[in-house]
Amino acid sequence: MQSYFQQLAAAVCTPVASADRVTLYFTAEASDFLRFNHAQVRQATHVDQRYGTVSVIAGQKRASSSISLGGDLIADTSDLLAERTALLAQLPLVPDDAYLLLPDAVVDTARSATGTLPTPQQLIAAVAGHAAGSDLVGFYAGGSVVRAFADSRGQRNWHSVESFHFDWCLYREKDQAVKCSYAGTDWQTLEFARRVAEARTRLALLALPPKSLSPGAYRVYFSPVAVAELLGTLAWGGFGLKDLKTGTSTLLLTHQGKATLSPKLMLTEATAEGIAPRFQSDGFTKPDAVALVRAGQMAASLTSPRSAVEYGVPTNGCGVGESPESLSMAPGTLPETDVLQTLHTGVYISNLHYLNYSDRQACRMTGMTRFACFWVENGQIVAPIAVMRFDDSFLRMFGPGLVALTNHAEQVPADGTYGARQLQSVTAPGAVVEGFVLSL
Amino acid sequence: MPRITALAQSAAPKGLDFWSVRHVIESAERLMVRNDVAEAPSRDRDAGVMVCVQHGGGQGFAATSNVSEHGLRQAFAQAQSLAAASAAHSVFDFRDAPRPRATGSFTSANQRPVALTTLAERFDLLKTVCASARISSEIVDRTASLWTTHTEQVLVTSDDSHMAQTWDFVVPNITAVASANGDTQTRTSAGQYNGFCQQGGMEVLDRAGFTQDGPRVAREAVELVHAANCPTGVMDVLLMPDQMMLQIHESIGHPLELDRILGDERNFAGTSFVTLDMFGSYDYGSPLLNVSFAPDQDHEFAGFAFDDDGTAAQQAWIIRHGILQRPLGGSLSQARAQSLRPGLGGVATTRSCNWNRAPIDRMSNLNITPGDTTLAQMVASMELGIVLRTNASWSIDDSRNKFQFGCEWGQIVRNGQLAEIVKRPNYRGISAGFWRSLTMVGDASTFQVMGTPYCGKGEPNQVIRVGHASPACLFKDVSVFGGAA
Repeated sequence: MQSYFQQLAAAVCTPVASADRVTLYFTAEASDFLRFNHAQVRQATHVDQRYGTVSVIAGQKRASSSISLGGDLIADTSDLLAERTALLAQLPLVPDDAYLLLPDAVVDTARSATGTLPTPQQLIAAVAGHAAGSDLVGFYAGGSVVRAFADSRGQRNWHSVESFHFDWCLYREKDQAVKCSYAGTDWQTLEFARRVAEARTRLALLALPPKSLSPGAYRVYFSPVAVAELLGTLAWGGFGLKDLKTGTSTLLLTHQGKATLSPKLMLTEATAEGIAPRFQSDGFTKPDAVALVRAGQMAASLTSPRSAVEYGVPTNGCGVGESPESLSMAPGTLPETDVLQTLHTGVYISNLHYLNYSDRQACRMTGMTRFACFWVENGQIVAPIAVMRFDDSFLRMFGPGLVALTNHAEQVPADGTYGARQLQSVTAPGAVVEGFVLSL
Repeated sequence: MPRITALAQSAAPKGLDFWSVRHVIESAERLMVRNDVAEAPSRDRDAGVMVCVQHGGGQGFAATSNVSEHGLRQAFAQAQSLAAASAAHSVFDFRDAPRPRATGSFTSANQRPVALTTLAERFDLLKTVCASARISSEIVDRTASLWTTHTEQVLVTSDDSHMAQTWDFVVPNITAVASANGDTQTRTSAGQYNGFCQQGGMEVLDRAGFTQDGPRVAREAVELVHAANCPTGVMDVLLMPDQMMLQIHESIGHPLELDRILGDERNFAGTSFVTLDMFGSYDYGSPLLNVSFAPDQDHEFAGFAFDDDGTAAQQAWIIRHGILQRPLGGSLSQARAQSLRPGLGGVATTRSCNWNRAPIDRMSNLNITPGDTTLAQMVASMELGIVLRTNASWSIDDSRNKFQFGCEWGQIVRNGQLAEIVKRPNYRGISAGFWRSLTMVGDASTFQVMGTPYCGKGEPNQVIRVGHASPACLFKDVSVFGGAA
C-alpha cells in the first residue's frame, strides 16, 4: 500500500504551471465489521475503501476534491490527474481566502504498525465458544487503516496501523448490562475469553435488588471510561482558538477567570502517546504534546492554520475543527484499590451515555448513566441503580467538586466508524466527584 | 451505471441462494463564507458497490471502491466467505429471508438544478447572505453555507430486480453569533445541524427563504444575547416545526425502529421502551397524534421509491389517533419479529448511508399530520407557557424515554399573549407520557418540511438523511428550565 501511495504521489504532486502547490491526502482501510446479537451474528461485512483528496493552491486561492479510488494504480492516477486538471480550471472562479495557510517546512514522518488479527471465522468461533449461553450484543471492527500526505514540495507522511476493537455488552435483562471492550494489535482468543468470564462475574452484581435514586446531588466515582465520555464532550468546542475568540468556547469562563478548575487537573493533547497520525490533511505536523490545562489553569488553545492567520498566533498543527485527537488527563494519586472506600457512600458510575451541553456558556453537560452503575454504602457495592439523567457543569465537577483522581490513566481508543474507522483516543483516570447533580 | 447489471451478473458465482449488488455514485460540493471570507470549496465524488450474498442460511456483505469486474469478483468471494462463516451462528436463517422483487426508478423533483449555476454565482450568493447578517457590532461571527449532493444508486439482484434511484439534496444554513455583556448566543436559520434540508435544486433556497434570512437570524442572535435566562417551572410548551422535528426524531422515530426493539442496537444506540406487544393497542399519545411514514412527501429529505432491501415504499400510519400501529422496520426485521409476534407489520425503511455500509432499519420521512388549530389560537389558549424554536441540544436515554432538549430561542406566553424572549430554554420529560400531553396540533399554515443529514446509528456507524415534517404542537405541563448563567 505504501508503494502504491508513493507512486500516486509522485504522479499527482508534481509542479504545475498554474499552481504554487499540489497536495494529496490519502485515506484507506480494509476492515472486517461483525455485529453480534444474542451471541449470534447479526451482520458481517468486509469493506475495502480508498480515498484521495487532491488540492491545488495558487496565491490565496485553493480548491480541493476528494474521490474514491479503486486500487488500480494506473486508473487511480488517471482519475486524480483528471481531478487536478478540473480543479486548476476551477481555480480562477474561487475567491481569495484571506486565511489560507500552508506549511513552510518540509517535514516527513512515517509510522507503520502491523498486528495479529483474527479472521472472521476465528472471531465468530470465539464468540460462539466463549459467550454461548450469554446474551452478548456487540461489534468487532478490525483490519488495516492508512492515512498519508504528500505535496509537490516533496513532503511525505505515512501512518498505517493494523488493529482491532471489539466492544460488547453482556445483558442480564431489560437494560441491565455490563459493558466490555478488547482493543489492540495482537488478538488473543484466551484474553477475549478471560474478559467475557470476568464480565459474567460483574453481571451477577446486577441481580441484587435495584435501588431507585431521587434527583439530587450525589458523591460519585466515574470510571476512566466515564471520564473519557465527559472529556469527549469537552473536546466538542472546549479547546479551539476560534471558539475562544468568538466567545462560544465551553471553557470560556475558565479563560476569563470566572471559573476555576481543580489544581489536580492536567489536560494535554498528547499526540506522541496517542494512536492518531502526527500530521493533518494540509501537511502540518503536530508537536509531541500541547498542554491545554496545567494545574487547573488554561495553558493553550488548539489552533488550526486558518485560526493562526485570522488571529495572528502560531498554529499547533491541529485540524480545521480544532478538536483534540489524543486528549489525555493526567492521573492523580488515589490507588484504584481505595476507590470504594474513598467514595464511601454514593454512586459508582461505569458508563455514561448520550452527552450534550445543556448550557455551553456554563460548560453544563447533560446525559444518562448507563449499564452497570451501582449504589455504594460504606465502601461496599449494595445495589445496581436504575438509569438516571444528570445535568451538571464540568467546571464544577472538575473544579471545586473534584475529590480525587486515580493513580492510573486508561487509554480509551475511539470506537467510532462513521465513514471510516477513527483513530482518536482519550486517556483518563477514574475520578471521585462530590455533588454530582442527577436531575431525572 | 447501466453496466453494473452486466458486471454483477458476470461476477456473481453460480449456485448462490441469493445475491444483490448496490452501486452508489455520490457527488457533493460544500461552500462556506465566514465573516465575508470565502473558504476553499471542497467537492467529493464517492463511488463503490456493496455486495450481499445469502447462502446456506448465512449472510455476508462486502463493499469495495473497486468497481471493476475484478473488484466485484473479490467482493463476491468475501461476502460468500462471510455468509459461510456465519451460517451456523446467525440470528436468522437467511433461507427464510424475504426477497422483494421489483423494477422501477425514482428521481428527485428538481426544478432548477444546482449544476446550472456557476461556482462564482454560488459564492456570490453566499457572500451576499453572509454580508446581510452584518447588522450590528455585537455580531461577532457570521457564516453562510451551501451543501449540495447528487446521488445515483442502482440495486440489482439475482431475482432480476432492478431499481434505479437518483436524488438531489440541498442543505443551506446561516449562523450568526452575538456577543455582549459577557455573554454569547448563537442563532441559526434552522439549526446548527441543518434542520432545513430538502430534495431539489436551487428552488430549495427559495423555500428556505435563504436569500432574505440573514438579517432575521442576526437580529434574533442580538435579541437573545440581551434576553433574560429562561425561567424554571412547569408550563405549556408550544414547539415550532424546527424543534418538533427533533422531538419526533428522538422520542417517536428511534424508539419505533424495529431493530432496536429486537436488540440489535443495545451495544451502541440503545434499546427501546416499546415492546412488540404494544403495536395495535398502545396509547402512544393523545388522540390528536397522527404520525405517518411518508416516503412520498414532496421535497422531503428522505423520499424514495424503494428501500435498500428492494422493498417498494408506500405511505403508512405509524401512530393513528394516538394508537401505535406498526414499527419502523424493513422486510428482514419484520420476518425476524414475526416469529415473536405473528402478523406484525412494518414499512420499507431498511437503508444504508452509502455503498460501504450494509442496510439497517432507519426512520426515513416520519411526519406528524396537521390538525385544525391556528398558531394564534394555540398562543391564546396558553395561560403560562413558552414558544420554542430551533433545536440546540438533545439527549435521551438508551430506551428513548427520559429526554432533555434545548432550543436556541424561546418566547414566554402569559395570559394568551406573547411576551419577552428568553435564552437557553431547555425542557425535559419522559417519552411515554409526553405525547399524551399533546393538547393542540397546528393547522397546515404551521406545517413545515424539515429534516437532518445527521441521524447517527448502527455498527459500523452510519449517519443518514431523514425527513421530519410537522405542524406546531402544544404540550401541557412540561418541565422547563434555563441556563446556569
